[in-house]
Amino acid sequence: MWAFLYRDCFKDYFVHKFRAMLGKNRCIYPGEKVLLAFSGGLASSSMLRQVQEGLNREAAKKLRFRPGIIYIDEGAVCGRSLDERENTCRQVEAILRATGFPYHLVFLEEAFDLPTSVLNSLSHSAAGQPPSYKEAVADFTRWQQQQQREKKRDDVATSLEDRLAECSVQGCCWQGRLAALDEAGSSLASHTQDLSRLFAGVKSLTAKEELLQTLRTHLVLHVARRNGYTKVMVGDSCTRVSIKLLTNLSLGRGAFLAMDTGFFDSRYGDVLILRPMREYPAKEIAFYNYLFGVPTIFTPGLDTKASDRASIHLLIESFLCKLQLEFPSTVSTVYRTGEKLSAVPPEAQPDVPTALASCLLCLCPLDTNVEDGSSLQATLLSEKLSQRPPAAEGCCGGGTQAGCCREPPAGRETSHLDPLLCYGCRLTVKELSCVESLPPYIHQEAERQRCRAAMKQEIQEFLLDDDA
Amino acid sequence: MPPPPAVPVLCGSCGAQRAALRRPKTGQALCRSCFAAAFEAEVHDTIVSARLFQPGETVAIGASGGKDSTVLAHVLRLLNQRHGYGLRLLLLSVDEGIAGYRDDSLAAVQRNRGRLGLPLHVVSYRELYGWSMDRIVQHTGARNNCTFCGVFRRQALDRGAVLLGADKIATGHNADDVAETILMNFLRGDVGRLQRCAEILTGGEGTLPRCKPLKHAYEKEIVLYAYFQGLDYFSTECVYAPNAYRGHVRALLKDLEAIRPSSVADLVHSGERLAIRKDVRLPVQGTCQRCGYFSSQPLCKACVLLEGLNRGLPKLAIGKTNRLQKALLEGEKPEAGLETEENSRKASWIGRTIDF
Repeated sequence: MWAFLYRDCFKDYFVHKFRAMLGKNRCIYPGEKVLLAFSGGLASSSMLRQVQEGLNREAAKKLRFRPGIIYIDEGAVCGRSLDERENTCRQVEAILRATGFPYHLVFLEEAFDLPTSVLNSLSHSAAGQPPSYKEAVADFTRWQQQQQREKKRDDVATSLEDRLAECSVQGCCWQGRLAALDEAGSSLASHTQDLSRLFAGVKSLTAKEELLQTLRTHLVLHVARRNGYTKVMVGDSCTRVSIKLLTNLSLGRGAFLAMDTGFFDSRYGDVLILRPMREYPAKEIAFYNYLFGVPTIFTPGLDTKASDRASIHLLIESFLCKLQLEFPSTVSTVYRTGEKLSAVPPEAQPDVPTALASCLLCLCPLDTNVEDGSSLQATLLSEKLSQRPPAAEGCCGGGTQAGCCREPPAGRETSHLDPLLCYGCRLTVKELSCVESLPPYIHQEAERQRCRAAMKQEIQEFLLDDDA
Repeated sequence: MPPPPAVPVLCGSCGAQRAALRRPKTGQALCRSCFAAAFEAEVHDTIVSARLFQPGETVAIGASGGKDSTVLAHVLRLLNQRHGYGLRLLLLSVDEGIAGYRDDSLAAVQRNRGRLGLPLHVVSYRELYGWSMDRIVQHTGARNNCTFCGVFRRQALDRGAVLLGADKIATGHNADDVAETILMNFLRGDVGRLQRCAEILTGGEGTLPRCKPLKHAYEKEIVLYAYFQGLDYFSTECVYAPNAYRGHVRALLKDLEAIRPSSVADLVHSGERLAIRKDVRLPVQGTCQRCGYFSSQPLCKACVLLEGLNRGLPKLAIGKTNRLQKALLEGEKPEAGLETEENSRKASWIGRTIDF
């Protein structure tokens, strides 16, 4: 009896917390399309269930948005075979189809076909919000009634052709694309090789993790825009947020902690990233999933079977979990510290019209203006001192000696992208053995930004307002 | 055919001499003179670009006898002469009163004084507070004594510098120390300190300015510099201080550095770029009603700790002290005896002013 009551109370608490989180932030309008990022993990699976509960017709104060789901298969960089990938995709599809929501099953290889607009935040300034919340409610109500009428019509006349068309919209064609990954001569197969080559050339697991996260984000953004989603939900838990705070602090991303972990992340303009699960501890999520039979899928990541010291991400995760055992308020303290951080860089005062340039990869405002007495300035000086050319009669005088300055100075290969990158992304790109392996859209956008900067330099004296 | 003899690695900078080390910061193989030149050039650049000093200033160098302060004193004297900063440099040591530990470290400072030709002044806890660290530990036990020592030492350094007429205090905090402090303050949720701990020049409101000329120097490079310059320093850890929490963070920092060598600089960069939300309430600095030192509470931490010690209840000052603060403030007025005692203590303290 007590167990039964406890179970129901826990569910009510859990479901209510999710709706309260969305309600108090008031950033999703009725009728808006929201893309749920699904990985098969505990938190994103639980998020999916919370959305289903919230959209339930019987629920009081139910959610009013229109969800879709995206799953990205990253098997190519995790060393998985085509059969393994197909099995996982089938399991994922079974879960996604059961929700009744439209879904998009994509492969990381498709990042090599992305357009440059993914990296150009200017062309995606935030769309104007509806004039009022009430008007949006009215619009949503009308849309809902229309949906119901259409549904009745569908029930009457269901034909094979209609079902095939519906199937296509739902993303059933992933089988064809999966097969193409291994098909000689197809562009997707060529992308599989490109992707493998790119990741094989990354020197550390830390940089691989960061690069993977970057490509994943770009792919999600593109799918969201192409399908009209204005919001993306990711399933970061409180524990994951705390780990990310310390990890990104250690990666030099202190300026962006609020954007990287906050409830909403607006750096991409027209698409807002939301983290509705960020107040749930990982244990609580696991408990809910176990109690209420939420299906999850384990897929190995880059770091599966790696040791605690294989990457900074793994090291921080291990450190926080162990410290939490000894000092039980560690995770919540780190989380609350993160809550007090601001997303606005200290230099960007409202009265200054100059817009800060954005990082080519993560689209955060650049944090690489060199301030007097700063760590970055000291690092640049150290690098400059180590670039000093050797004396003429130096080690190359002999001509036959190996090593010494036959190797090019470190970082020369990446220097042409550095001015466009933030501090943290420079560290990642620095560990690419071949920058040219990056997907074409990144190089194209870099070239566009360089041309635009040169253009602006030419006409600087004639500009009255800085449109960046 | 015997294998050919190994070709010695030449310095990556001058290319003339044999390389003696590989720089932790850049991974470059350097000879000892090029390394020393690079190290000194970087410290000089930090001093100039951050505008740490003004000509004519008197600077008290916090000297503990350890590697950081030893290297700091050496480099500051060297650069002061080489680049004409126009500074008057002094060595300032704090004697905590720990038998068998501080004696040896102060002996190292004495030897450095002789070598550098800088005046040395020592202030002790016993003189300032009437309590040596050994005696404090007898009363508080092994735990929590670091709290007393940390609070007392910081204030002792300020008081000593004021007595000497110094304009600034220079400490030997290096990049590893700053990175460690950023992690500590993040883990403890100390947002006020998190905002300040990455700054290279702090203070100026009711307290002497402090600066960290070695802020961007890696700890390993400081040891390398001391080694190749033949500098003598004392390196034993304090006998009372197994500081458990900081130990976790220190171990983490070493692991981070092993994975990505630039992690220390990356953390310092992060700390410099953190922005606190404007709606977050931070402590407001004021002054202590009893000793006049700067404090965000009516009574400063040192006075609260001291009161606990003097009353024979040292644990009262550990943890939340709001009730104790209130009791002390209210209790001060009616007790004329306390005031008399305070005056006599103050008089004797003035009478024993340090001669310099």
